[in-house]
Amino acid sequence: MNPPTRLVEVRQRVLKQNDIVARALRERFRAAGVYAISLVSSPGAGKTALLERTLSLFRAEFQVAALVGDLATDNDAQRLARSQVPVRQIITGTVCHLEAGMVESGLEGWDLANLDFLFIENVGNLVCPASYDLGEALRVVLFSVTEGEDKPLKYPTIFNTADLALITKIDLAGAVEFDAPAAHRSIAAVRPGMMVFEVSAKSGAGMDEWLQFLKTRRREFQQFAPAT
Amino acid sequence: MHELSIALNVLDVAAEEAERQGGRVIAIHLRMGPLSGVVKEALLSAYELAREISPLADADLVIEDVPLVAHCASCDTPCTLESPQELRCPVCGTGTSRVISGRELEVVALEIES
Ligand SMILES: Nc1nc2c(ncn2[C@@H]2O[C@H](COP(=O)(O)OP(=O)(O)O)[C@@H](O)[C@H]2O)c(=O)[nH]1
Ligand SMILES: [Mg+2]
Ligand SMILES: [Zn+2]
Repeated sequence: MNPPTRLVEVRQRVLKQNDIVARALRERFRAAGVYAISLVSSPGAGKTALLERTLSLFRAEFQVAALVGDLATDNDAQRLARSQVPVRQIITGTVCHLEAGMVESGLEGWDLANLDFLFIENVGNLVCPASYDLGEALRVVLFSVTEGEDKPLKYPTIFNTADLALITKIDLAGAVEFDAPAAHRSIAAVRPGMMVFEVSAKSGAGMDEWLQFLKTRRREFQQFAPAT
Repeated sequence: MHELSIALNVLDVAAEEAERQGGRVIAIHLRMGPLSGVVKEALLSAYELAREISPLADADLVIEDVPLVAHCASCDTPCTLESPQELRCPVCGTGTSRVISGRELEVVALEIES
C-alpha cells in the first residue's frame, strides 16, 4: 500500500519573482516620470532600425535612453549609440528573452529622474518574451511586411500581451504584395481594438504618427505620476 | 524555448512551499491558460530534465488547463472562447479583448507524502 498523501494548497504564480521585480520597476518609472516602452518581434523585423530613427528624432526634444537585449553580440547597441543617447547592451547568453531582473541591472547607475523615455529592445523572439513583465508602460509588437500577414495568428499570445502593433518595412509592401487588410484582420482577431501603425524606418513613412502617439501616451502617463 | 527556465521556476516555487510543509513531494499541480505563453508539451518535457537536478526529483508535474474566458461588452457577460486566435464572443461575434482567465501560470497545490 502507498503511504498516505495530503494535498496542500499553494496558489503561487510561477513567475512571481519576475513579477515582483517588474512591479518595483514600474513604480520606479512612475516616480521618476519616465515612460518605458518595450519592443518585441521576430529577429530582423526592424526593432533596432526603428529605434535608431526614433532616438535621433526624439533626441533634440527629450531625454531618451535605450536598453538592448541580445543573445550574444553588442552590434545593436553600437548601432544605437550612433544616435548619441545613453545605450546599454544586455547580453542574455542562452536566455531567449529579457527578464525584469536584467532590466533592473541594466539600469544601474542611470538617473531615471533625468529621463523622459526609456526604450527596451527585447531579444528577437515572438514566444518567450510574452510571459515576462518588464515593468514597461507600453509593449509594442512589431512585424514586417515580409513576414506574412498571418504572423499574429501564429503567435497570438505575444500579440495579446501587447498594447500597440507596428507593421514595419512598409516601404517594401509593394514588392512583396503585402495584403494590408489581411494583416489588420489578423491583428484584430487576436487582440480586438489594438492600435496599429504602418511604419518604415527606411523611408520614414508613419514615423510622425508613431512619435506623436508616444508623446501623447507619455503626457497621459505623467498626469497620473506624482509631481516631482 | 523558455520552458526549461519556467520548469525551474515551478520547482523553485514548489521547493519553497515544501520546505515549509515538510515531507516528500510526489506531485506538483499547475494551472495553465492558453495565453500563458507556455506550451504544455514543451513544459512537460523540460520538466523531466529539470527535476533530475532538483531536490524534488520524485515530484510529477500535473497540469490543469485553464479555459480562455473573456468578457463580452455587448452581451455584458463572460464567454468561453475556443481559441486565442479568435477573441470573439461566440454568441454575438463582438471582439473581446478583456481576458478574464487564460493567462494563468500558477502552482496551485502540492501532493505530499506524510
Ligand atoms: N526596407 C527596409 N528595411 C528595413 C527596415 N527596417 C529594418 N530594415 C532592415 O531589416 C534588417 C533587420 O533590421 P533590424 O533593425 O536589425 O531588426 P531587429 O532584429 O528587429 O532589430 C536590416 O537589414 C535592416 O536594414 C525598413 O523600414 N525598411
Ligand atoms: Mg535588433
Ligand atoms: Zn457577446
